[in-house]
Amino acid sequence: MKRLTLTIVVLLSGTLISIAQECNKTLTGKVIDFHDGVPLKGATITYNNKTIVTDDAGNYSISSLCPTSYAFTISHKDCNSQVVTIDIEKVSAKTFYLEHHLNELQEVEVSGKTPSKTTSSQEETISENILEKYSSASLGDALREITGVSSLNTGSTIVKPIIQGLSGSRVLIMNNGVRMQDMEWGDEHAPNVDINSAGKVTVVKGAAALRYGGDAIGGVIVMEPNNAPAKDTLMGKTSVTGSSNGRGGAITSELIKGYESGWFVKGQGTFKRFGDVEAPDYVLSNTGISEIAASLAFGVNKFTHGWDAFYSYFDTEIGVLTASHIGNVDDLIVSINSNEPNVIRDFTYDIINPKQEVKHHLGRLRYFKRFEELGKLTVQYDFQLNQRLEFDIRQTAALREIPSLDLELTTHTFSSDFKFDSKSDITLDTGVLLRYQENFADPSTGVRRLIPDYDKYDAGAFIAGEYVINEDLVVDAGVRYDYSQINAKKFYLKTRWEERGYDQEFSDLIIGDFGTQYLTNPKFDYHSFSATTGLNYQFKDDYELRFNYALAQRAPNPAELFSDGLHHSAARIELGDLRIEQETSHKVSLSAQKNGERWGWEIAPYANFVNDYILLEPTNVELSIRGAFPVWEYRQTNVRLLGADAKLYTQLHSNWRTDHSFSIVKGIETENDTPLINLPAANLSNKVTFTKQDWLGLEMSLESQYVFRQNEFPPNIRVFSPQAGQDVLLEINTPPDAYHLLHANADIEVSAWNNSTMKIGATVSNILNKNYRNYLNRQRFFADEVGRNFILRLTFNY
Amino acid sequence: MNSRKFLSILAIAGTLFVSCSDDDDNPAPVNPEELITTMTITLTAGTDVVTLRVFDEDGQDGPIAPVATVSGNLAANTTYNASIGLLNESVNPADDVREDDVEPEADEHQFFFEAAGGLNVVATYADTEADYPPLTGTNPVGLEFQLETGDASTGTFTVTLRHEPTKPNDGTLAGAGGDTDIAQAFPITIE
Repeated sequence: MKRLTLTIVVLLSGTLISIAQECNKTLTGKVIDFHDGVPLKGATITYNNKTIVTDDAGNYSISSLCPTSYAFTISHKDCNSQVVTIDIEKVSAKTFYLEHHLNELQEVEVSGKTPSKTTSSQEETISENILEKYSSASLGDALREITGVSSLNTGSTIVKPIIQGLSGSRVLIMNNGVRMQDMEWGDEHAPNVDINSAGKVTVVKGAAALRYGGDAIGGVIVMEPNNAPAKDTLMGKTSVTGSSNGRGGAITSELIKGYESGWFVKGQGTFKRFGDVEAPDYVLSNTGISEIAASLAFGVNKFTHGWDAFYSYFDTEIGVLTASHIGNVDDLIVSINSNEPNVIRDFTYDIINPKQEVKHHLGRLRYFKRFEELGKLTVQYDFQLNQRLEFDIRQTAALREIPSLDLELTTHTFSSDFKFDSKSDITLDTGVLLRYQENFADPSTGVRRLIPDYDKYDAGAFIAGEYVINEDLVVDAGVRYDYSQINAKKFYLKTRWEERGYDQEFSDLIIGDFGTQYLTNPKFDYHSFSATTGLNYQFKDDYELRFNYALAQRAPNPAELFSDGLHHSAARIELGDLRIEQETSHKVSLSAQKNGERWGWEIAPYANFVNDYILLEPTNVELSIRGAFPVWEYRQTNVRLLGADAKLYTQLHSNWRTDHSFSIVKGIETENDTPLINLPAANLSNKVTFTKQDWLGLEMSLESQYVFRQNEFPPNIRVFSPQAGQDVLLEINTPPDAYHLLHANADIEVSAWNNSTMKIGATVSNILNKNYRNYLNRQRFFADEVGRNFILRLTFNY
Repeated sequence: MNSRKFLSILAIAGTLFVSCSDDDDNPAPVNPEELITTMTITLTAGTDVVTLRVFDEDGQDGPIAPVATVSGNLAANTTYNASIGLLNESVNPADDVREDDVEPEADEHQFFFEAAGGLNVVATYADTEADYPPLTGTNPVGLEFQLETGDASTGTFTVTLRHEPTKPNDGTLAGAGGDTDIAQAFPITIE
């Protein structure tokens, strides 16, 4: 706790020399906590070398004042001192408000304990130390550090987080207070965020954090930047990372300038470049990546009010494994049966087709104001522009210069929330949201639109609160309503329209006839309700119990409704369904944990019942002149996900720490007991860490990661192979074998010039250079995962 | 990456926000440029003309399966001169894909021919890239080929068009690699 110092400020306008005045004036009043209106006992008011202390009721009285202006310094333990100038000639009573809670907030930050995003839901935060290790990787890679979080990959560079078995539109990503709108509906669309822009990342495993959205059936990922401190300071950090595998690296830099007055300016930038990565036995051709990200923020952050403007830009070019580009189902069968990719070229930095080029602009304006004895109002407008180009191997060289997919998603969001936090036992958080989104699919691609043009309107409102019953027990509850309308203009091949049976049900949607195609105008409304309640019980000092129930409804995304056509780089036909309705999740989760000095553990079981769960699965093949293509269709079914995340750590010796974690999830379709597709396999991680502060803060760790085989998967399908001239078994769902990997890491910290420090870190991942394939990598049919990788990191803090 | 850029983006954003109510302009349809709906192989031996034709009405995106037709049986022990025509008939008038796309890039395309199920035929390339000027390569293309029949038999004759195959190659699909533009099997009878 920061001890209070008495400050004396004398900046009076000629008081000292005004001798002719009669100094018999009095000033009386109270000193009150701005935050909750509680009178502050023992607050000091200082002027001209004199100090007055408030009584038990927060009252003060100052006599013998001259009729002129005085500067009073009002102070209290844990508060920022305040200087107020008062003209005694005119004022005889004054109530002073002190910002009582500011230091508490800062205190929490300093002690390294993060305030939870929810009271009762399972959640976990990873700090900057861990994020730094993934400076040259992606958000999805870093999040795998969290028990129960895995990832859906396309190669090694496109990594989508999975939270307790669910991903895509079921996982919200909050980037600096803005919900990412970056076409998260596609399996091969990675989050367009730069991990280096985050100071910490919290994962809420479920829909309990209603303020972020009501549709987070999987969970919420909250990325928060480092806060600029309200003091005169200039801080910076630069990190350089180099990797042997991919022969590339990343450089990232951040600079923060803060002022006592609350003003701050912050800039951050990252450049990342890798060539082809390598599996143990061969080069994974065309898996390079080039990424540039930058952000700028400035504003004022005072206790009573503040505003800021934030802009970030993210630009990435990602190569897609050449061997994953296949022609038809026979090529796929050949790939599945062969152990090697069909194209292996020499290492190169060049990124050629197929590839993705994605740009994301994000702008935000935010204003907040605290009202005395009431709470805090926040108003925010944010703007996002997401441009996605996908280039394919096409018939002619000229066509290859033109993207096969060209989407532009523009989103405007206005949101406002008010947090009533003046009562010590009840906190209420309430807010509204308005959003408009427009998708534009450029027809100049010469390829039929996979996702149509659409306008989408959202409106939502929520109220959530928590009630502190006593020191140990807190309960929370909340409800949220969201309205969503999607208004699309979509072309259907007449043959597809009829094959889907839409001519029976949706003939009124047709607004144009273009020979072989209909232009249709699907316009759908969705009303979604979500709610949550739970409790948090802390006992015996270091035990904590969290119980939560969350109801969440998610409206279908554009891919689930409208996907229609051949996904070139995936060689599959994806078919959405206009009939798809919202899915509804009921999730019950429990978390019991002990956080002791010498050891601790957490066990967190959950059950998630999702009605009308929307899934994408291979169903058949469709024949065309180009051969047969696997058809993936969206379908709704009721599912049940049961799982548990467990952790254990020991610190029996001051230098030695061990960490153990295990997570498992089982999912079935309840109607027929069929295993759910694409669920992560159980995995077990064990880590030993040796730390020795005296040896330059040395920290060394060895980690063993064992991923079981996913033994529960939906049945494979039989398809007609034109080449074989008959039906064959397509082993499209068969998971690869279990695997065991070893990783090692070491860090030291040395002081550089002035007050700056330099951290030197080295990591070896997949030490044994193991060949393995991952069930949740869409390229598992074509190639092994990446092999051994040496990573060297230098991080300067200044 | 400065505030001016940020503000200008906000300004653009504002404009978009205002203009969004404009619901009247409908998007334009896309007619895929690479679409091949029809392949016709004309086999000629003197006055004996047999055509193998496949027609995929709605192309690779559509649900309708391609329809393959063979106009008649082939004569035994005969050499047919074969020529392949490629059309996109989803547009009117139809695109000549052979003339517009494949011939100019004959060096990046190649047909492959396979007989299966006991069919007694041997296909021989009758063209090279140099037949499609200004190309000068000596690799076979297969837009023109000869089909030599043996004794009476039945089976399937599969024609595959690959783009960006390895060139030169050993004449097999596996050896050639590349991407499949057409893969169609025809039931053939030699009598």
